[in-house]
Amino acid sequence: MLQQLFKNPMALLCMGILLFTALLGIFAPWVAPNDPYANDILNKFAGPSWDYPLGTDQLGRCVFSRMLFGIRPTLFLSLLTMLGTIGLGVIMGITAGYFRGAVDEVIMRVVDVMLSFPSQIIILAVVALLGVDIRNVVIASIFIKWAWYARMIRTATIKYTNMNFVLFSRSIGSGNFYILTRHMLPCIAAELAVLASLDTGWAILNISTLSFLGLGVQAPVPEWGAMLNEAKNVMISNPEQMLVPGIAVVVLVGACNMLGDCLRDALDPKAVRQ
Amino acid sequence: MKNYVIMRLLATVPLLLGISFLCFVFINLIPSDPAEVALRIRQTPVITEELIAQTRAELGLDQPFLVRYFQWLWDCLHFDLGVSYTNPARTVLGEIGRCLPATLELAGLSLVYVIVLSLPIGFLSAVYKDTWFDRIMRGFVFATTAMPVYWVGLLLIWLISIRLDLLPTSGYGSFAHLILPAFTVALSYISTYIRLIRNNMLENMREDYVLYAQARGLKQRAILVRHILKNSLQSCVTAIGMSIPQLIAGTIVVENVFAWPGVGRLCIASIFNRDYPVIQAYVLLVGVLFVFFNLAFDILQYAADPRLRERKA
Amino acid sequence: MTAVLEVRDLTVRFRNGKRLTSLVEGVSFAVRRGGCLGILGESGSGKSMSCKAVLGLLDDNFQVEGSALFEGRQLLGEHPEVLRRLRGGRIGVVLQNPMSCFDPLYRIGEQMAETLAEHTRLSRNDIRKKSLEVLELMRIRSPEDVLRKYPHQLSGGMLQRVMIGLALSLRPALIIADEPTTAIDSISQYSIMQEFLRIKQAGETALIFISHDLGVLSLIADEVMVMHGGTAVENGPAARIFAEAQDAYTRHLIRQHKAVMSKFLSAIHQRPEVAA
Repeated sequence: MLQQLFKNPMALLCMGILLFTALLGIFAPWVAPNDPYANDILNKFAGPSWDYPLGTDQLGRCVFSRMLFGIRPTLFLSLLTMLGTIGLGVIMGITAGYFRGAVDEVIMRVVDVMLSFPSQIIILAVVALLGVDIRNVVIASIFIKWAWYARMIRTATIKYTNMNFVLFSRSIGSGNFYILTRHMLPCIAAELAVLASLDTGWAILNISTLSFLGLGVQAPVPEWGAMLNEAKNVMISNPEQMLVPGIAVVVLVGACNMLGDCLRDALDPKAVRQ
Repeated sequence: MKNYVIMRLLATVPLLLGISFLCFVFINLIPSDPAEVALRIRQTPVITEELIAQTRAELGLDQPFLVRYFQWLWDCLHFDLGVSYTNPARTVLGEIGRCLPATLELAGLSLVYVIVLSLPIGFLSAVYKDTWFDRIMRGFVFATTAMPVYWVGLLLIWLISIRLDLLPTSGYGSFAHLILPAFTVALSYISTYIRLIRNNMLENMREDYVLYAQARGLKQRAILVRHILKNSLQSCVTAIGMSIPQLIAGTIVVENVFAWPGVGRLCIASIFNRDYPVIQAYVLLVGVLFVFFNLAFDILQYAADPRLRERKA
Repeated sequence: MTAVLEVRDLTVRFRNGKRLTSLVEGVSFAVRRGGCLGILGESGSGKSMSCKAVLGLLDDNFQVEGSALFEGRQLLGEHPEVLRRLRGGRIGVVLQNPMSCFDPLYRIGEQMAETLAEHTRLSRNDIRKKSLEVLELMRIRSPEDVLRKYPHQLSGGMLQRVMIGLALSLRPALIIADEPTTAIDSISQYSIMQEFLRIKQAGETALIFISHDLGVLSLIADEVMVMHGGTAVENGPAARIFAEAQDAYTRHLIRQHKAVMSKFLSAIHQRPEVAA
């Protein structure tokens, strides 16, 4: 499957974009030409120049530098969200699928209730409860998304616990959780990867949306959603301010979605022929 | 059929209980003491420990947790959702009721957009697969799933309202005010359904019944509309049912971009003001809507599909 | 007697990007009124593909060459609309997998009426009468009920009979049956074969019977064409082919069939001894 993925130019392009963006984010302090917080009020709304490659915003801050620093909250927090989601989902799913009975029943009913709410509402409720802060947005996202993974992993667990090689490992005395994590996770890794890459795109959109609403990353910290919120106020006089952060979000989310689609195609050769 | 409806109705009871319980837990988790809040609402000048204890007893807050939950549930069933923390003169129900029509208008028109646009586009994309039309639409679908809703809204305001000066930029009032926000809400659903209908159609086209319909000499148009489209829509019905509460909930962002006075904006304002009863009521409302629409469309699909109707539950 | 359908040098290629893959190569056959041509071959040998090509059921990704004369009229390259009118009317078609060949959302009666309305000018009442007639002809009990049923409520054998009845209903000159006995249980298979034998005995239509089952073909076919890898490896009277096949592949098929049959027969004969 991986070989097929590396042969697909689209998948390579997407992975390239994601990797490049991540590197830019990590090395933002060295790559960025200016301090993202430095005001230059005399030079506000400047066009692109050698000093400011993408111009300046309403406070004369370097848009290019702010965009680079904006990668950090967006990409890294969404990856953190996904790690948390998958971690919690795997633990709950395996617990439910392995022990069955009452444990399973309780977990799955909770999952049902979680899935019967639209995700946006739960996130808002949790953020409202814990206070307006980007950490709470991450917690809220994990809180809403884990149920999907738990359900999927539970099904896989039930399927794999009855397979011969798992029964065999048990008979030679390997521990329960060891068996499952060691044998089952690789089996469903592919499926998990598809879902995870699509959901990373979702998490990026989510973080930027909440920051736009003022519920996530707070100004003046450079974040794409927050930048767009500031751009909104000067929309009539300087609409070009909306372009850079918006396109940045689209490229990153598009790369995640496309990668997810490519992974799915690599997983299921039938779908490609359609 | 009757049995199925009764079964489904009964199955929603635990789900509704779960949702309401979650909402109740939510308001009990908030950091501030409800007794203290209540005193402040009554504008008591000096709040003492004794007064708080007295109010606790008065409000029944000294009762066990579950007793309070059922008391609260009972009130909810009588549409008593308490009063707003920030404005004690207003009941939560009144606040929600005041804002709900605007949101329903928005969600209603978006649903119309979704159905009117995604159905024919999805259908034509499948029929003219791999032509320029299909390619453009696939590009459109891909682009819209990657674009943040609020950004689309801003771009539309800039293009349609500011540059072309065709529609008002924001606010509430005439039908013209509704066009852009509703389209923004609908956009991501439109692309979802274009993809769903297209894929369903393509899948159905490979079925044996299509080959046999061709072998019987039916007209291609009749096969497409009477057979393939009808079968493809079958599975979309539930998805659309699930989308209605999502559309209602999905107006939050758009309402804030377009300054639309609906429940979404009320909710965001309440979050900033820490007006918990309003948030709680909103979450409860959306949860109940979700369950209700899910139920209604399950029953609808059940009634439309002879195979499901036959199967004994 | 002249042939109802005469196919010459039929070639079907699949267009995959710029590459052309040959699926059927230079196949010729003919079938006359009252006769039955059996086409024998394993799956993927091109037997269904040949018939689909003749009927115009292949899409633009396929390139079809050769000639197919039906009642003296060229079918290949004919306008799709003309072919559509022939299908279901002058040419009846019976397919395999009867369970999935009917649209699950419409009643049997609606699907029969839809076909009849397409090819005749009968009124709604006459269509209903005709439908009942067809079902009665196919010896289906309580035809009124069957018309009201949805496909999933009927058995495979029953649906197959509806399909045969529908193919017969407009007095076609030719019936093409593509593996009509493959997807149904063996008891229904027997009665379905009886229906086909009746059609043949009536002697009004030509029959093309496609199957991978030598036993089934030996019951009904007068002429047999054996296909392998997209080409016809053997073509001739059934009796001659079963007795003295020229082609190695055909002989292999017949030997296999005989080996299975003899095992089966000996198993039947041995059973009393085992029991005793």
